[in-house]
Amino acid sequence: MVKIKTSNLNLHFGQNHVLKNVNLEIEEKKITAIIGPSGCGKSTLLRTFNRMNDFKDDMKISGSIMVGDQDIYLDKIDLSHLRAKVGMVFQKPNPFPKSIYKNVSYGLDIQGKFSKSEIQAKVEESLCAAWLWEEVKDRLHSPAMSLSGGQQQRLCIARALANSPEVLLLDEPTSALDPQSTARIEELCVALKQRVSILIVTHNIAQAGRISDYTAFMYLGEVVEYADTSQMFTVPKDKRTEAYLNGVFG
Amino acid sequence: MKKLYDSLFYLITLICAVGTMIMLAGIIISIFNEGLPLFRHVKIWDFLFGTFWYPTHAEAEFGISTLIVGSLVVTLGALVIAIPLGLGSAIFISEIAPAWLREICKPLIELLAGIPSVVYGLFGMALLAPMIRQLFHLDSGLNAFTAAIILGLMVLPIISSMCEDALQSVPKALREASLALGATRWETITRVLIPASRTGVIGGVLMGFGRAIGETMVVLMVAGGSAQMPKSIFQSVRPMTAAISAEMGETVFRDIHYQSLFAIAIVLFIITFGFSLLSETMGRKR
Repeated sequence: MVKIKTSNLNLHFGQNHVLKNVNLEIEEKKITAIIGPSGCGKSTLLRTFNRMNDFKDDMKISGSIMVGDQDIYLDKIDLSHLRAKVGMVFQKPNPFPKSIYKNVSYGLDIQGKFSKSEIQAKVEESLCAAWLWEEVKDRLHSPAMSLSGGQQQRLCIARALANSPEVLLLDEPTSALDPQSTARIEELCVALKQRVSILIVTHNIAQAGRISDYTAFMYLGEVVEYADTSQMFTVPKDKRTEAYLNGVFG
Repeated sequence: MKKLYDSLFYLITLICAVGTMIMLAGIIISIFNEGLPLFRHVKIWDFLFGTFWYPTHAEAEFGISTLIVGSLVVTLGALVIAIPLGLGSAIFISEIAPAWLREICKPLIELLAGIPSVVYGLFGMALLAPMIRQLFHLDSGLNAFTAAIILGLMVLPIISSMCEDALQSVPKALREASLALGATRWETITRVLIPASRTGVIGGVLMGFGRAIGETMVVLMVAGGSAQMPKSIFQSVRPMTAAISAEMGETVFRDIHYQSLFAIAIVLFIITFGFSLLSETMGRKR
């Protein structure tokens, strides 16, 4: 099943042509990695799926992106609803300076349609799903900032999960973490694909190889190659992909 | 030779720094020195809480509670006006205005801070007071209300720019986190940005308070000047600063009246010092 489909997606920041004719079909409940050298547009591509590029004044976009059966760049789209459905986790853990509990309940509080007990249940469920519950259940009301970096990042994942998203966008989620925390988040991603489709941008080629089902290699704003991860990592079709995977540039 | 220059430079800057501190200390010491002898004649309690300020009567009374209340009414009134406007404009400039508009608004508001207070006073006296008088059918427009408005305008740029700095210091990552969870811009501002910049905002308010309570020219010109307990905000008041500046010329060197004005200065000094200390520590914590 295809979860996200982009057709002839082009994106400009002012004069800068950042995404060039991107056509991708992202599979549901799989992990798709987006790799490529710095500045190739992979983060920008990721941020088109929850319309986080909209805040740049000089952004122009054409083509279409379907999430499920909805074209998310239609004018009538409810952005709050879209962003709850397509969650995002950022490069550096960015918990709010609030309690652990309040961080996770934030999205639900905003939606304003859940009772206190429903929120409580969802907070617990999300923290469990992000493998954080056992570590924080006795101190849900202490500040989120008191957690370690890896825990903070799992909290950010829990926070996104609380909105019951269909898609989770991860923008280099482990690049600010130590190897142990990284390993834990990688395992978590694999476990989470039971419930969500995951898109992960990563600088770490090995990470893409370890956890992803599909990989897209981007270069200078284009998707050069998109294939099964095992296939791309063993027999890349494009010379540029091969060069990147072998560390010739990047 | 180089070494000589170095030590000379060291010496000069040291003298500047020490000189500054000595002068400040000198001012503080002399205020206390001139003011404290009052309490040989007047009890501190009667001074602070007495309701009659008759410094020149044959049977003089030196109760400054009406002056303190006058100061507080005008200052709190000013904050009631300046806090919502200041915070609102800070939110607009920092979070909502497009870049080009921010470039215009920000310096414009900071420019307001540079206007001499006598100009504000003149505006209040000549233009605002008659308007207030007509609007509310009063005998005089020179009252606590008018003074609070003018004073509010004066502290507005301070509060606005401090709140704006506080909002700007919230990391972009937190804004993105909030928006990415489905929050609107408004929800992001009220639920994340303002709480996260709380200490800075409070610091700005405290600073505005200190500035307003110490302001002299505006209240001297606009507040009316009667040392009475105001029954409504539309009555004339005599804030502490106005009393000091209006009466100092009439006193005899080191008589009781003279000492009592210095004692008022001590009260003012303690209040403003306390508030700047508080806003300073708030800033540190951040």
